Amino acid sequence: MPTVIVDGKEIEIGADERLNCIEAARRAGAEIPHYCWHPGLSVVASCRMCLVETGTRDAATGKISMMPKLVPACQTPAKDGTVIVTESQLVKESRARVEEALLIDHPIDCPICDKAGECLLQDYHFQHGQAERRADLHPFTSRRRDVGPTVTLFVDRCIMCTRCVRFTREVSGTSELMVTSRGAKEEIDIFPGHPLDNKLSGNVVDLCPVGALGDKDFLYQQRVWFMKREANVCGGCSAGCSIHTEHNQDTVYRLKPRENPHVNKWWICDDGRYGWHHIHDASRIVGAGRRASSSTPLESVEWADVITRLRADLKAASRLAVAVSPMLTVEEAWMLCAVARSIDPQALLAVGHVPQAGEDETFPGGFTIRAEKCPNRLGVEGVIALFDPAVRSWNDLVSHVRAGHADAAWITGAYPAAWIDDDTAAAFADLKCLVVQDLFDSPLTALATWKLPAAGFAERAGTWVNVAHRAQAFEQAVRPPAGVWPEGRLYWNMLGRRGLYDPTAVRRQIADSSASFAALAGEIPSTGVDLRIHQLASTTS
Amino acid sequence: MKPTDAAVTWIEEKPLGLAERLYLPLFVQGLTTTARHLVSPKVTVSYPEQRPKVGNPLIYRGVHRLNRDTEGRVKCVACFLCATACPAHCIDIVATDSPWPDREKYPESFAIDELRCIFCGMCEEACPVDAIELTSLLDLTGKSREEMIFDKEKLLSVYDMTKDSEPMKSASLGGTL
Repeated sequence: MPTVIVDGKEIEIGADERLNCIEAARRAGAEIPHYCWHPGLSVVASCRMCLVETGTRDAATGKISMMPKLVPACQTPAKDGTVIVTESQLVKESRARVEEALLIDHPIDCPICDKAGECLLQDYHFQHGQAERRADLHPFTSRRRDVGPTVTLFVDRCIMCTRCVRFTREVSGTSELMVTSRGAKEEIDIFPGHPLDNKLSGNVVDLCPVGALGDKDFLYQQRVWFMKREANVCGGCSAGCSIHTEHNQDTVYRLKPRENPHVNKWWICDDGRYGWHHIHDASRIVGAGRRASSSTPLESVEWADVITRLRADLKAASRLAVAVSPMLTVEEAWMLCAVARSIDPQALLAVGHVPQAGEDETFPGGFTIRAEKCPNRLGVEGVIALFDPAVRSWNDLVSHVRAGHADAAWITGAYPAAWIDDDTAAAFADLKCLVVQDLFDSPLTALATWKLPAAGFAERAGTWVNVAHRAQAFEQAVRPPAGVWPEGRLYWNMLGRRGLYDPTAVRRQIADSSASFAALAGEIPSTGVDLRIHQLASTTS
Repeated sequence: MKPTDAAVTWIEEKPLGLAERLYLPLFVQGLTTTARHLVSPKVTVSYPEQRPKVGNPLIYRGVHRLNRDTEGRVKCVACFLCATACPAHCIDIVATDSPWPDREKYPESFAIDELRCIFCGMCEEACPVDAIELTSLLDLTGKSREEMIFDKEKLLSVYDMTKDSEPMKSASLGGTL
């Protein structure tokens, strides 16, 4: 195993790992500051912040010979016998000088900069900069330039790390951004007539180590230090990107990608990034409502009564058909199936409507936006298979109801956009009891005997299984609006279980009772578990 | 900490001396204080007819004001540092793009709940552009709780009211004049 010596500490790295000195030092617990280097982008070594002293140790004699000059750690591969010194006087002085040079052209308008609080320039200046300025600097207002529909550029705040330029060339493959002029006059700009308008454009804002690129959707909405972040999973498509939901007082302000090497690496698409606004829509269904007959208006029902009256209504109607929405978590789907089967042991269980939009879209950097606009079709199919080996689709359910084989239907939705047309909804018109659980009113809710609210994205807890069979567990980030019980809470209570809804307890129960979900038994790492790999491992061992 | 802790030192109460036991010297001492206040000048004022005297208005912590810049616009840049520093969470700011070319961000709304405020002056300390200041206005009354939530207009009007008697403390500081 190759050995790298970081600040006198020997660490071993994998024989076929290709690490640079920043990554190797990080393993030894030494953080080398850097602006331009990003693990997902090519190396340019232009910011000079990661300069360190390096050398090599002779394997035979053990003698260490150091390089006379500082070298960029991002560009220097860590090999067997590489010596890295990250905190010598020379390195510290070099960092302080880089910081000083960066600040000469910087507006220092931190009070009005959206990046303040999570800015690398601020952090590194605090850690590595000089206490006093030698230049006579006065704060000024940065020039602002519109570069696209989602992103705005504060020209003078830029430190020319070119991460954004490399991103558009290497990952999104659209190459809208470029560097104009030379030397001290260098600026980021767009090619004339080609605004930064691609489906990954929001990522350049995350990549920007300073406040030069601003997210128009988030600009001036909230200071970053007020927000709490919750590890979450994007529900926009079946890719299931790992994200952080950043929120304050039950209001979501923005979504940020969360690094997950198995799913989304460091990126998310703009559809997901800005696709959370519907959860704060004022037209959402809140409160449970029941209609005595199709001609009477909805009357609101207390949630405590919903548990018993809903069960009684469905029991009275006898033959039940249930659409388990692919927006539900594995735990919620399992409890819904259990509730349905406890009411009618022959209940038809089908996967709810699976929204599709266009084709899968893959970018040069390997990032894929899926056409299937729901996060958990595979999870729901897997759950239904535990109750009924024949997994029915939404169309099967509609024709089942059309043929008159059902007296009652329970349709779960939670779709962010309109999903059902009048013709399809008409199939459910003659049922004795129709339960609709959704975010927004639709032709179906107009016919509903029971109209129940659904939880929005970030308001539910549980596990989603993405298109690659990777199960990711997440917690509730924000509370739903008053009058909304998330599905999990309703089903938990309808099953007669005590206390608060506990997705972990349900997950353990599912994992213990089935081979296909056995991988969910233990603690689920933040990057998720692959359901298939764990099945193979458990069958061979 | 337990009473048996080694860091605790126990001391005995002093026994009473002769003067304490006689009681009379202390009695005279107390009456002297009373008599002195009977003849000394009065410090109470008949508020509100008579205004109390504020020592130094520049360091007094009374009602807030929002300062204006040289062009009469609100000086605040909506950085939220006052709201961050506020221990009573009484400042609510809504920020947006400023309508002026030389300014980037400004407060669309700026409200202080004066009933929740504890007049600690931390907002004034935190402000990087000296936009929020505490004046020497001390009589803060209103007929309803809503009336005591001061919005941007009201805070600016406090500035207009007090700018002559209490000039801005550091007009030369910062680039946002």
